[in-house]
Amino acid sequence: MSGEHPVRLPERDRPWMMRTYAGHSTAKASNELYRRNLEKGQTGLSVAFDLPTQTGYDPDDELARGEVGKVGVPVSHRGDMAALMDGIPLGEMNTSMTINATAAWLLALYIVAAEEQGVPADKLQGTTQNDIIKEFLARGTYAFPPAPSMRLIADMIAYTVEHVPKWNPINICSYHLQEAGATPVQEIAYAMSNAIAVLDAARERVGGGGGGRDPKIMEQVFGRISFFVNAGVRFIEEHAKLRAMSILWEELGRERYGVEDPRHLRFRYGVQVNSLGLTEAQPENNVQRIVLEALAVTLGRGARARAIQLPAWNEALGLPRPWDQQWSLRIQQVLAYETDILEYPDIFEGSKVMDALVAELLEGARAEMAVVAEHGGAVEAVPYMKAALVDSHRERIRRIEAGEQVVVGQNRFTETEVSPLTADAEGGILVVDPALEAQQVENLRRWRSERDQTAVDDALARLADAAGDADAEENLMVATIAAARAGATTGEWSRTLREVFGSYRAPTGVGEAAASLSTGELGELRDEVARLQERLGRRPKILVGKPGLDGHSNGAEQIAVRARDAGMDVVYEGIRLTPAQIAASALQEGVHVIGLSILSGSHRELIPAVIEALREAGVNAPVVVGGIIPEQDVAPLREAGVAAVYTPKDFDITRIMRDIVAIVGEDAERATATAAGASANGAA
Amino acid sequence: MSAGGAGLGARLRARDLSAAPAALNLLESTAPSHREQAAALLREVSPASLGHEPSGHVIGVTGPPGVGKSTLLSVLLHSWREQQRSVAMLAVDPSSRHSGGSLLGDRARIEFDPADREVFIRSTAAGDRLGGLSSATRSAAQALAVAFDVVVIETVGVGQAETEIAEVADTVAVVVQPGSGDVLQFLKSGIMEIPDVLVVTKADLGQVAVSALRDVNASLRSLGKRSTWTVAVSSLPPPTGIDELMQGFDQHWLELTRDGQRELIRRRLRARRAAALTDFTVEHGQRGLRALGDRRGAEALLAGQDPGLDVPALVATLERSLAAAER
Repeated sequence: MSGEHPVRLPERDRPWMMRTYAGHSTAKASNELYRRNLEKGQTGLSVAFDLPTQTGYDPDDELARGEVGKVGVPVSHRGDMAALMDGIPLGEMNTSMTINATAAWLLALYIVAAEEQGVPADKLQGTTQNDIIKEFLARGTYAFPPAPSMRLIADMIAYTVEHVPKWNPINICSYHLQEAGATPVQEIAYAMSNAIAVLDAARERVGGGGGGRDPKIMEQVFGRISFFVNAGVRFIEEHAKLRAMSILWEELGRERYGVEDPRHLRFRYGVQVNSLGLTEAQPENNVQRIVLEALAVTLGRGARARAIQLPAWNEALGLPRPWDQQWSLRIQQVLAYETDILEYPDIFEGSKVMDALVAELLEGARAEMAVVAEHGGAVEAVPYMKAALVDSHRERIRRIEAGEQVVVGQNRFTETEVSPLTADAEGGILVVDPALEAQQVENLRRWRSERDQTAVDDALARLADAAGDADAEENLMVATIAAARAGATTGEWSRTLREVFGSYRAPTGVGEAAASLSTGELGELRDEVARLQERLGRRPKILVGKPGLDGHSNGAEQIAVRARDAGMDVVYEGIRLTPAQIAASALQEGVHVIGLSILSGSHRELIPAVIEALREAGVNAPVVVGGIIPEQDVAPLREAGVAAVYTPKDFDITRIMRDIVAIVGEDAERATATAAGASANGAA
Repeated sequence: MSAGGAGLGARLRARDLSAAPAALNLLESTAPSHREQAAALLREVSPASLGHEPSGHVIGVTGPPGVGKSTLLSVLLHSWREQQRSVAMLAVDPSSRHSGGSLLGDRARIEFDPADREVFIRSTAAGDRLGGLSSATRSAAQALAVAFDVVVIETVGVGQAETEIAEVADTVAVVVQPGSGDVLQFLKSGIMEIPDVLVVTKADLGQVAVSALRDVNASLRSLGKRSTWTVAVSSLPPPTGIDELMQGFDQHWLELTRDGQRELIRRRLRARRAAALTDFTVEHGQRGLRALGDRRGAEALLAGQDPGLDVPALVATLERSLAAAER
């Protein structure tokens, strides 16, 4: 027996690719960071772009205010890309770019930067995330409506298969679905449905499977699709999830796309483990969470990750510093080089428990995939899937609030010593210098003034023509690369396409959400709201929205749903709002309170700007803020006029609601007193 | 500048659009002192005070969920603004009132320039009455029509919705998408009242939309209805059919206002009286209505009033008769 099933591999496996999701401030600063990370033993790059770059705005755009260089690096043109990759041999590097709506553009800049280094496109290796459906569902950095977005993806796939053959043009993401509250079954089903939508669109574009140019081309297309998954702390089930995905993927390749080559049928995935479960309270506990989650994607050889990047212990506090990210890289290195994890064949093979768990997940996922198919596929089913995710997240929060799901240090075992990790002046996080934004704007203006404007105008006009052609004859990558060479900017490329494609707002999913808590659990809160209504004359009305470019709308959505369940009228404004928009809405809607959510670290700039716009519009309603707000920023926000600040440690939403009701009540009292005072003065 | 009801009414009469938010706050309030102020506001903008009907065109836009109403309204808003017409939109959200609360998500789907002072968008929850328009929405539409060139009331639904909206709008537009056979069935069976304008969206789908429009026209012909304006639109860039739709609205307005606004005056008078009857019944129930000699008695009473009176004034008249009857 032991001869047939050797206990050890003849040769220890090579470790997975190790990356750190990194980038901030400027291309130059990020380049220095990348080089340092590579020296520390990191084996690939994972570029974090800032939100303006991800959503297609230049640093001088009104919407970019406060966001430049915050959650990633700003890349506005080929000069920035060249600076970002300076001294890094692109022919040898494997670069993963978290870029979606503007993926075609950033890939074009990367190709041009490689050209400048003398590296031809067919030598380039890496991945563009490029998964737009999950942006509509969970992450919010979309730019164009669904149909043209899918065309861009299909064009990129068709282009790279031919010209950049080692590139993964798309990473189908289940990662963000879990961050938005997906259950394992939903994560599998929606990611696979998403992949089907992408592959169908690509098949149409490359003309594979019969009448097309090359009948075998779908083999290659299928083989280039990779996944980006998540792993939570329930790491046994999470591992089963990945085995289930491997099975479904192979099945899909064989049955739907006629793929036969086993190399192309292999389920390839990279991973960033769960951030949603990381806590602000006792943040050191996050280290063991991250380690356990890493086991989910490494333990079984049969479904092991190709590439891993781990979050940092302090993500719920703010942006991680290089040292925090080094700690996470070291976790990977200990796993790969100190443990014996890479010495064995698949350790779960033959496990009845694992097989049964996989079968259970497969059954659930197949049923849910059928529901998505009934809606007409993933693109058409976006509103359905979004509502389902909001609902799952609502249930998750309810369980944590009720103590049914234990979160150590947050809803149980909360007694703690003072942490020395957060004792420094910055509270143990990275603070990006706000002056960098002005500098970036200045650099951009210089770039614009020094380039050949006619060449840029011509290239953008060509792009508009190619995009506007009803038959979509031309692959948009061609005109995109030409515009990159000519020196166009990220904002110009996106604006050109927005003008042709139109803009889009994704469904919010909140309208359909079921009641968050039972009437009993809400009882007292509802009474308080009813008393407030009596006093106001109108049902308390709250505006909930997200200023800036941050698309992580979970928190805002859950607040909106709970406010509704508490008996308020909720104007849910969604994501990507300017201060002027928020002020206009608050005024026109006659709201009693404004709730803003920001997770991108731009609160110091954006919140005061919103308050200023509100007061200028004559809206005096109180403003409350939620998000990843470092402790040391709370006082300045209060000084700017914020009535209350809620952070991840305030996980009890009912308590937040009661606080808001009290704030509105006090505000009403103050207004009455002022009015009475004014009329008394008038009488005198 | 008074913030009281009469002051706000006077500002609306002077076409001061910035009075709209405070006016709506007042009209939506149920506090007794606010009710008095709201009545004063409506009195100020009533045809009796103005000497004529408010000049704004009140357009009701309704249709099933998901047919693209919000996108269409974004495009229409843009076109009206290009013609320099000021626009107020009342987005009535159908979201369930199971907790009393509501999620008003429509606003987020309508694109507008926040710096544009001549656009006003307000979301409200559907009335507590099943599917009906709240009294506040009806009075808001009437008040805003004094100051804005166009007042849009957007509701969701098929069947009851356009009957409700016909009680307050000068022009009713029903929006459907290709392949919505149920709407045709509703039309034929009489569940749905025939709208003034019927819009088929998603014309970018081509043949499907063309045949949907043909089916609609055939149904209307079989019902002997020829005056309904039908149009296929696409809100995707570049939008199509929008000019035609705007022409349809304007055409209907011309019909309403010819012969010294005869039809407009008739519709609005009917609407105010119906609203007064509804408000009275909500307040005093069937018992109150019986005391006035049932619906017909109440209607006769209303018919004897000054045609320019606003809704609260009409309700007050009914209440005085009720008090007299109960004495």
